[in-house]
Order: sequence, then C-alpha cells, then structure tokens
Amino acid sequence: MQMADAAYNFPDASGHFGPYGGIFVSETLIPAIEELRLAYEQSRNDAEFMAEFEYELKHYVGRPSPIYHAKRWSGLLGGAQIYLKREDLNHTGAHKVNNCIGQAMLARRMGKPRVIAETGAGQHGVATATVAARYGMECVVYMGAEDVKRQAANVYRMKLLGATVVPVESGSKTLKDALNEAMRDWVTNVHNTFYIIGTVAGPHPYPMMVRDFQSVIGKECLVQMPELTGRQPDYVLACVGGGSNAMGIFHPYVDVPGVRLVGVEAAGDGIETGRHSASLSAGRPGVLHGNRTYLLQNEDGQIIETHSISAGLDYPGVGPEHAWLKDSHRAEYVGVTDAEALKAFHDLCRLEGIIPALETSHALAYAAKLAPQLSPDQTILVNLSGRGDKDMHTVAERSGIQF
Amino acid sequence: MSRIEIVFEALQRQQRRALIPFITAGDPDSEATVPLMHALVEGGADIIELGVPFSDPMADGPTIQRASERALAKGMSLRKVFNIVAAFRKTNAETPVVLMGYANPIEAMGVGEFVGLAVEVGVDGVLVVDYPPEECREFSAALRAAGLDPIFLLAPTSAPERFDEVAAAGSGYIYYVSLKGVTGSAAMDLTEVAARIPKIRERVGLPVGVGFGIRDAQTAASVAEVADAVVIGSRIIEEIESSPPDQAVTRVRQFVRGVREAMDGVKGGTA
Repeated sequence: MQMADAAYNFPDASGHFGPYGGIFVSETLIPAIEELRLAYEQSRNDAEFMAEFEYELKHYVGRPSPIYHAKRWSGLLGGAQIYLKREDLNHTGAHKVNNCIGQAMLARRMGKPRVIAETGAGQHGVATATVAARYGMECVVYMGAEDVKRQAANVYRMKLLGATVVPVESGSKTLKDALNEAMRDWVTNVHNTFYIIGTVAGPHPYPMMVRDFQSVIGKECLVQMPELTGRQPDYVLACVGGGSNAMGIFHPYVDVPGVRLVGVEAAGDGIETGRHSASLSAGRPGVLHGNRTYLLQNEDGQIIETHSISAGLDYPGVGPEHAWLKDSHRAEYVGVTDAEALKAFHDLCRLEGIIPALETSHALAYAAKLAPQLSPDQTILVNLSGRGDKDMHTVAERSGIQF
Repeated sequence: MSRIEIVFEALQRQQRRALIPFITAGDPDSEATVPLMHALVEGGADIIELGVPFSDPMADGPTIQRASERALAKGMSLRKVFNIVAAFRKTNAETPVVLMGYANPIEAMGVGEFVGLAVEVGVDGVLVVDYPPEECREFSAALRAAGLDPIFLLAPTSAPERFDEVAAAGSGYIYYVSLKGVTGSAAMDLTEVAARIPKIRERVGLPVGVGFGIRDAQTAASVAEVADAVVIGSRIIEEIESSPPDQAVTRVRQFVRGVREAMDGVKGGTA
C-alpha cells in the first residue's frame, strides 16, 4: 500500500484534489459558490451547528446505523467474514439523507427558503423532499424523464412529501441531464435558492462538503468495527456512481494503515461492450458539472450515454476525490456487471433477509468475489448504502414478472 | 493589433457599436454554417461568435441546447468546427471569429493542438463558458502567446474585485451577461445594465459586450446606447429553427440587418 507520510489533507484551499476538482462553472455562478463556500466554512467551525447536525442524525435519521455480521453469507462464500454497514436502516432508506440534513441546515442558515435537487434513482430526491418538509422549505426535484419512468414509486413518494418533480427531457434524460437542469435553475434563482447536490461532485465546496456530511458513516465504523472484531477491517467496499456513500465510508479510513479501500463501479453489460457507467475504470479526465474528474466521453470530448441496471450509478462522471484516490493508489476501483449485481441482490435477500438497493448490490457482488480469496480471519466491511424497495419493479421485470 | 481590436477601433472612430451574433456550428447541419456566417456579415455583424456544440451545455437555455443536440446528431465536432472557420476564411479575411463553448472538447483535443489549429484556420478569440480565470491560467497564457484573445464573462452578481480579475485575464472584449439565468432567458433589465456598464468600464479597460436575453432590434438598440457591443444568440437560433432549410440564410440576414439598423439609428431600412 502506498501512503503519504503526512496526513491526508484534501482538497487544497482552491478546492483541488491534485489535478481534480476545482470550480469549473460559468461566471454567473461564481458569486453563489463563493457565498456557499463562506457559509459552509463558518458552519463547520460552529459548534452549535455541528451539535444540531448530530442531534438531527441521531433523532431524525436514527444514527448510528448498526454494523451487521453477514455470517450465513460469509460461511457459504467460504472465506473472509463480511460485515455490512446498515445505511439502509436510515430514515428514507439510504445514506443520502445524512448529506441532505447538513445542506438543508446550511440553506436555512443562509436564508434560502427554496431548495432544489437532482436525482437519479430518486433516493436523493426523496431525501431532499423529506428534509425540505421537515424544515418547511419549498422543494423542486429535477429527474431525467427516463428515470421518472424507472422509479415511479420514488416519484410518488417525493410528491407525497410536497415536492415538485420536474421530468427532464433533454439529452439522455437521465441523472446528468437532471444535474444540468438543476444548475440552470440555480443560476436563475440564486437569490432565494439553495442547490442540494446529492453526491461528492460539482464545483468546490460541494465535493468536500458532501464528503464531510457523509463521513459520519466511516467515523461510526472506526468505532464499531473494533467493538465487533477487535480491529479495523482488511477491506472497505462501497459502490461508486458519483461516489458519496463510498467517500463517506472511505474518508475516515484514508489515514488508517492496512485498510484497503475498494470502490465498485457499474460495469453494466460489461466494460468491453461500451454499455456501462465505469468512469474511473474506463474513462479519461475531463471537465463536467463544475469539476475536473474522470469522465466517460468520446474522442471529441462529448459526454457519452451510460448504462447501468441501477439508476443511481448511471452517471458518466465521478467525484473528483475518487479520481485523486485512484491516481494516488490509496483506493482501487473495480467493475461489477448488471448480472453479477443481480445475483448478489438475490443472495442477500435469501441468505440474510436483507433486500439491498441495486446500487449497493454492486459492492456486495464484489465482496462475494473477494471473500473466497481471503482467509476466514480476514474481514470485509461493505457499505450497505440503501435498501432495495425502490428496485422491485426493475428486478421483477428482469425476472419476467409484471405487477 | 488583433482583428478584434481593429474592429473595435474602427467602430469607435465611426461612433458605432459592435454587433456580435452567435450561431452554433453545425446547426442544423455542417453545410449550413459557412453560408450562415456570411449572411451574418452581410446583415451587419462585426464579430461572429461560433458555438462549439457540447453534449452538456449547462450555462445555455433550451434553444442553444437544441442547436447543440442537432449539430452533434449530424456529427459536428471541434475538429469540424475548425474546418468551418477555415472555409469561411477563404472569402472573409476581416471578420473576427470567436469560438464559444465548454472546456471538455478542448481538453479532449489537448490545449496545444487546439491553439495551433485555432491560429492556423484564423480564429481570433475563445470564450470557454466553464473556465473562470482562476481555472485556466495556462490555457489563457497559451492563447495570448499565440495572439488569440481569451474572452471572459462578467455577471450581474459579480463583485467589483471580480472585475479586476477578469480584466487582468481577458483581452479582446468582456462579455457582460445581462441577466441571472441561462442563455435565451426572458427579458433583461435595461436599467440594471445601464447602471452596471459604467462601473465595469471604470475597472476594465476593454470593450464591454452585453448578451443573454436580447431578443429584438429595439432592445439591441437600447443596449447599444450603453455598451460597446451587443451579443444576440438564442433569437437567431430560433430564426434558423423555424425557417425552411432553403430560407434560413435569407431570414437570418434579414433579422441581423434589422438589428444593425436599429443599433445604427437608421430608420425605414429595407431588408
């Protein structure tokens, strides 16, 4: 393992993780981003703000989330012991809410009564709508028209919570187009609107801020794993689309020697088919959505359409900190296909009585590959980032079942 | 002296303002663009902003996004944009051409090759929407070393200190975005623009162009009273969109001529 001697301290003052990250936005957004940067800087150093954030995480979200030893599954795989960080047990059913609470509190502090969000699978949209209802804020969620079809239940959930869901018909009609549209809304309504970005991407300070809010996941694990096993895990696994659940569990472990961090991307039909969403494994660095990072693009620098069975991983970029962790070899990134993810999905349902999100199932599938190569006294910690209720339709359809 | 400087100097002497229309290269197809560029000049354009299509044009409204999508669907690329400029230059050596687009296609090509090709085909300035000055120091330096003008935006929300940064980084002209929003948005606030431009001029020693939200000849004329240049984009794209293919060139020329005449205070001109 390669580790710098000095403690990990990214991003730098201008928001860069090595060559990645930064603030690549139109001049119209520069003042808004500066306002946000200052407000976040004040809030993270404000004990009262942080105490309220912790209170909300405990009493509204239900933290800390437990870590569960998947004994049966580990036994059948016949190798390392697999532990699951149960973010699926959070209020709203995924890790997304951790970040939404932090950003909504910040919006309130900045006096912005309207929040907007982009969403892919709908989890971030639901989490934003939830928190907006909780704080009495107007909420508009942009969602690719294709995803609106794929995730009808979550669309209804957002509406129940009082949010307006705007289907985005431009481009590939998925997450990246929803993000474009949300940015446009923000540029236009910046005086009263706070843009709650759902992942560790976008212009600085978003990648850092979202990571910080999500780092509660890894901080809890640092305490919980020694309680359960007497030591830190050998591997920490998480799925990576934009990469917020992965950054949340990785970041507190970056300076812990001997812990291997593995991000699992969506290989879709297989990297070789070109139908996938594996930006770090198969992309090249470029600039999109306010930051420099690995992107899936053609030779001319146009962003290409991605594919994954899970809407939440169906994104052509990735958070810039992951790009840096890859290049600096602190984390490694692998791909898992739709079929492999589905198998892990079914295995976890049948063997452990847990229905995981399809996104999460990618991390689980890699755990199933890795465990048999390790010895039974080694441990793998998987971030079980969300529950799979939202994916019933997708999974049923794959099995030829209609509701 | 750069072609852009020559244009602004000549206009200054004539006490006229620059008209800078924008079209997207390759919209509706690659053959359409060179005749449209000539039509813009015949209509009275002083400088042409040529959009380089990008798959994710975050700072643009639906009109320019549609233009980008049409162009990309017909196979337009940054390399082909350079071919278009080269073809335009065969019969027009005077009108400055400013490429306007997003960072990723340029980075995919590589800055060195981009600058080399830009000089070779006769590009004059480059405006990269998602390159604020602090993220493109090397790129701007490369442009200036090659005699090209890096053009930057200022927004209604920009702080005065920001004017200085942009003034130091840019050359050619400054593009003042006249409203909060994306290209092609609703009406602009003329009073706000009129109040803002002198403040920009105090700190920025470059001609100031105004764009985003200028939809008719009358607004263009009002803007021309306070700014050095008027930029019109989405409204021209709409003209192209709504014209039968064989009439687009004529209608664009007519529209631009109408704006030109309004700006120059010419009454009753016929297109």
